[in-house]
Amino acid sequence: MLVEIRDKALGGKRLGRDEGRWLLSEAPLLEVGALANEVRFARIPDKVVTFVIDSNPNYTNVCVTDCQFCAFYRKPGDPEAYTLTVEEVLAKVESAAARGATTVLLQGGHNPVLPLDYYTTLVRETRRRFPQVTPHFFTASEIQTIAQVSRLTVGGVLDRLWEAGQRTLPGGGAEVLSERVRTRIAPKKGGPSAWLEVHREAHRRGFKSTATMMYGHVEQPDDLLDHLDAIRELQDEWGGFTAFVPWSFKPGNTLLERWIKQVKGPNTYLRMLAVARVYLDNFPHIQASWFSEGKPTGQIALHFGADDWGGTLFEENVHKAAAYVNTITVEEITALIREVGFTPAQRTTTYEILKTW
Amino acid sequence: MHFSDRDLAPVWEKVQARERLSREDGLRLFETDDFLGVGRMADHVKSRREGDRVYFVINRYISPTNVCVLSCTFCGFARKKGEEGAFEYTLEDIVGMVSEEVREVHIVGGHHPDWPFEYYERVIAALRAARPEVQIKAFTAAEIDYFWRRWKIEPKEALARLKAAGLQTMPGGGAEIFSPRVAKLLHYTGKADAERWCEIHSIAHSLGIKTNATMLYGHIETFAERVDHLLRLREQQDASAGFLTFIPLPYQVGTTRVVPRPTPPTDKLRTTAVARLLLDNFPHVEAYWVLLGEATASVALHFGADDVNGTLEDERVQHMAGAQTPAGLAREQLCRMIRDAGKVPVERDALYNVLQVWN
Repeated sequence: MLVEIRDKALGGKRLGRDEGRWLLSEAPLLEVGALANEVRFARIPDKVVTFVIDSNPNYTNVCVTDCQFCAFYRKPGDPEAYTLTVEEVLAKVESAAARGATTVLLQGGHNPVLPLDYYTTLVRETRRRFPQVTPHFFTASEIQTIAQVSRLTVGGVLDRLWEAGQRTLPGGGAEVLSERVRTRIAPKKGGPSAWLEVHREAHRRGFKSTATMMYGHVEQPDDLLDHLDAIRELQDEWGGFTAFVPWSFKPGNTLLERWIKQVKGPNTYLRMLAVARVYLDNFPHIQASWFSEGKPTGQIALHFGADDWGGTLFEENVHKAAAYVNTITVEEITALIREVGFTPAQRTTTYEILKTW
Repeated sequence: MHFSDRDLAPVWEKVQARERLSREDGLRLFETDDFLGVGRMADHVKSRREGDRVYFVINRYISPTNVCVLSCTFCGFARKKGEEGAFEYTLEDIVGMVSEEVREVHIVGGHHPDWPFEYYERVIAALRAARPEVQIKAFTAAEIDYFWRRWKIEPKEALARLKAAGLQTMPGGGAEIFSPRVAKLLHYTGKADAERWCEIHSIAHSLGIKTNATMLYGHIETFAERVDHLLRLREQQDASAGFLTFIPLPYQVGTTRVVPRPTPPTDKLRTTAVARLLLDNFPHVEAYWVLLGEATASVALHFGADDVNGTLEDERVQHMAGAQTPAGLAREQLCRMIRDAGKVPVERDALYNVLQVWN
């Protein structure tokens, strides 16, 4: 099986579902890693690993969607619920910009009281006041919420955000793009088509976005294949995805916690990244997440097909709510990348290289 | 097997044919860019020897004292007598440290200026009397050598007396890097050198005492010095055949700061793999989770390691040097670390008798 898969992958032929399933569940881990590494260097020959200086603030934790895996949200009226004003959010953007950030990934709960104008003002003012910062704002499910609240179509909301100056969307909220899994862990978020539709409409308009995956809860290998198939097909349509970013579920303080027998660790993560690199033949970049998997695993992942280190994440609150904390500096990032044999390069939100170390 | 570095192909030929690897092969394994190629060969050897089994032990580390006459540059553990943070445990303290479930105690301490050899004998005898079912692994070759330097007790006599008191196996510490160059630079010339270290292990083996071996790496040593260290151990094992496990020890930066940063996880994985490939006569190679970190130790189970050490209810030596892993992982956590790698956890005792398979 391995020989045929290698021939196909390096010969530019697309892998099928059975091959994907074998790689996900049976292939020896280091064989998958070595193949992913070959594919990575065939596609990106330079021994360069990119990273972005960014921050992930949140504008509200108010949410009506009650996802089982989320420790961050609060229902409307909860004493711990908060919603920041436009100026408060812009102060966070300003502090990120002051530390050299070129990307601010802003996301929040699904707060039904915020009007469209709130979101477009955030984009417009970020562009106006901090032109060096790319507003990488609002995941697919937030766009849907905005559409419902403002009685526009998803496309209509995206048009307004585009007019305000937004050009990229973060890929969060995909979880696992399988009917079965989303019904179980995020029943009010809609099936996979909900997330896919927002990204399709975005790509059609010229937005770039990332695709994420949060695994390690109730999914089976076929659910993961559903996910990979779905984003690979969508990528064939418009080519709007810049990168695939998987991470493992952090069960702390969530409703799903008591159902989790074994948290998925580094071996599962390395396999997921490597399979993604081989299977997602139309994705330019695969991101290693030092943040969610730990720095050593992030470093090892650079030898398992990943070519991007993610960001500095100056501010992060969602994992923190699940009792998971990790921090880093630019100096540390460059040292960590270099010591495992790669040249660090700072990139933009859309993976253009700004500076090579 | 396909290698991105073609120069690994001849090494792979030898590995498949179970031929012994040379010094040049060892250097190539450290120098090649094909880090996963090295790992895949080691994984092949590990699987051929042990299948999916990965061993662990419920154990307790005890340091009777951190008072030490030496001043090794890499050590964040040792204190001078009377210095702040120095400790000296009594027999009662030591016996009281061994909880119900423990199957192995691991005793390593400083080179104390005053404690007579008889005190160490009494420590072993007291543990033996209090907990006859617990296996006792105690005293590095460096300590045995120190009993000679300090009290003029020949290693053979010391080991025979300790064995009579109840000692069953010897840990592999104190080997550092078998390089006079490094020993001089890091000020450990005052302890057993390669010849002496190997001689003492050889004596232990002749007395029927199984031992482990280590290598402290990731500081100022060269790849050639690592390879020579491993080959010296392989030679010794050919001669005396009493080594159970090789444990590579990545240097912990902590407060001693011989180098500014710890060696990266890829080097820890590679070193584990090279050890598995070069040490063809060692039954086991360990991924010591306290020093590797849980994640890297778990991944190392695909790079030739078949053991993760144990629950280690206390490990002052490394913790005082800043190892940042939670002390005393419970059995369940060790099993998780092993299962994440898709391997089968096997609980063992110090002599690798299987106590239970945790399927």
